Amino acid sequence: MNLTNEDVQEILRLMDASSFDELQVETDRFKLTLRRGAYSGWTEERQTLGSAAQIAPSVAPSAQLTVALEPGMVAVYPPLVGTFYRAPKPGAPPFVEVGSSVEEDTVIAIVETMKLMNSVRAGARGTVIEIRAQNAEFVEQDTVLMILRAET
Amino acid sequence: MIRRILIANRGEIAVRVIRTCERLGIETVLAASDADLDSVPARLAGKVVRIGPAPPAKSYLDPGAIIAAARDAKVDAIHPGYGFLSENAVLVRACENAGLTFIGATEGQLKSVGDKWRAREIAESAGLPVIPGGFVSSPAEAERFADTIGYPLLVKAVGGGGGRGMKRIAEPSALAETVALAMAEADAAFADSRVYLERFVARGRHIEVQLLGDGENVIHLGERDCSVQRRYQKIVEEAPTPVLSAQMRDCLRQAAVAYGTALRYRGLGTVEFLVDAERDTFYFLEMNARIQVEHPITEAITGVDLVAEQIAVAEGQSLRVMQDQVPFRGHAIEFRINAEDAEHDFRPSPGTVTTALFPAGDGIRVDTHIEAGSRVPPFYDSLLAKIVIHGADRDDALFRARAALDNCRIEGMKTNLDIHRVLLNDPAFIGGGVDTNWFERFHAKGQSHD
Repeated sequence: MNLTNEDVQEILRLMDASSFDELQVETDRFKLTLRRGAYSGWTEERQTLGSAAQIAPSVAPSAQLTVALEPGMVAVYPPLVGTFYRAPKPGAPPFVEVGSSVEEDTVIAIVETMKLMNSVRAGARGTVIEIRAQNAEFVEQDTVLMILRAET
Repeated sequence: MIRRILIANRGEIAVRVIRTCERLGIETVLAASDADLDSVPARLAGKVVRIGPAPPAKSYLDPGAIIAAARDAKVDAIHPGYGFLSENAVLVRACENAGLTFIGATEGQLKSVGDKWRAREIAESAGLPVIPGGFVSSPAEAERFADTIGYPLLVKAVGGGGGRGMKRIAEPSALAETVALAMAEADAAFADSRVYLERFVARGRHIEVQLLGDGENVIHLGERDCSVQRRYQKIVEEAPTPVLSAQMRDCLRQAAVAYGTALRYRGLGTVEFLVDAERDTFYFLEMNARIQVEHPITEAITGVDLVAEQIAVAEGQSLRVMQDQVPFRGHAIEFRINAEDAEHDFRPSPGTVTTALFPAGDGIRVDTHIEAGSRVPPFYDSLLAKIVIHGADRDDALFRARAALDNCRIEGMKTNLDIHRVLLNDPAFIGGGVDTNWFERFHAKGQSHD
């Protein structure tokens, strides 16, 4: 049986009437720490233990490419981890193609993180020479999305 | 009789549904993506079944994966939570074909309220006021309608809702182009290019009424004020609605029940209204045919376990609570704690939780799926916890909320906790009755002081 909010409130009523400032409870299902708050009230910290029966899936970690860039080349990384999209919406033309000229603030892609779309900007003035990330691919913050040849 | 439920969702709502199931003695199986196999709900559930990779399209949004999981897990019913497939008519049909109970509205009801223009037509025929507007099939037709509606106006996608698929048009010169763009975008986003026009109501409050129906009778469980929003995302909700005339409260409740009755609604649902603060009038906005994120404030003031009632009516039981038996006690406020960086335009802040310290005690309920060590994956929404405070009245709830939020600490990622602390001391919020534009103004003010 898991611990309910009502259980915690009942324990706190007992604690309120006591002189104790902290209570730790541990069972095979959870660890619970109740402490008096800094000014008033109580705080609660929980750890749910154990794991439900299931078949462990095998997930291959995505291979990280090591980035060795020639002089004058600039790698573009995503602002956040998320899903990489080359176009503003399905069916629309991509923001850029190989060969496109970009300014520093040109939007070259979007990355969707927690249901929000974030623009990816080129960050340098130059030409797109390689698009490494696949459309709709999940990208980490150190994933190289594109390579630009910077203009000086 | 439902003995075993597949929870086709994740995060705090999965934890929430598990709690009621445990109380009712119903076994739970959690449908989890690769990103959630070791989540708090996965540890709390009776069993876990993997439904696919982390991206929602390949797991939580795939009706086939959900039905396959339900078969493997040998459940009687599926609880869809909110979001994901909770209002998906395809899943409801698939459940029916597989002999499973869908804990939600019927296929027909979902189709009716999912089509926002059809939902509007039902409102009109049930006698509810709707925002002046019109269905348009071409930019040319839009020009004819727009003059009678007046500017500024909104163009809305029939397949949209909740702020999605909506554009504001300030003047006639932008009309044809914006309507054409809206139709193209609606086609791409919802595979349905139909749009309609509505007058833009500048100062409105978002007030919604909780309904529960068994297919014959419909009752309301009071209303919730969800006007504290940012870009149509609710941040703070409270029940009952502060600063509202008894007459308006009554009108909203009756209108919602009339809407549910017209649908012969079965399940939990919410009818959303825009209350025009300047004109003291209200309009039907849309209906959400599922459990809402903010349902705990209704539970706090009524004492009704909405998930338990939702399961009961899905089983085919008649309403177990009659309208005159619904008590309304005190005032409840919910604060949504999100993993987002308020200083950087609320950008999402996924990561690993290092500390999760929550307030506890009388009148405090925390619905959460995080503890120290929890990973908050970047694939899903940013909701970490809902802190729900119940007081004898609104002042008491605000007072308790300040102490409770001081006793809350989440580390490992950016959260919007500080915003709630500042908001709780803002005179306009304390006064109550803010409109849906208020939060942006409040936040801009805070930023300019930095």
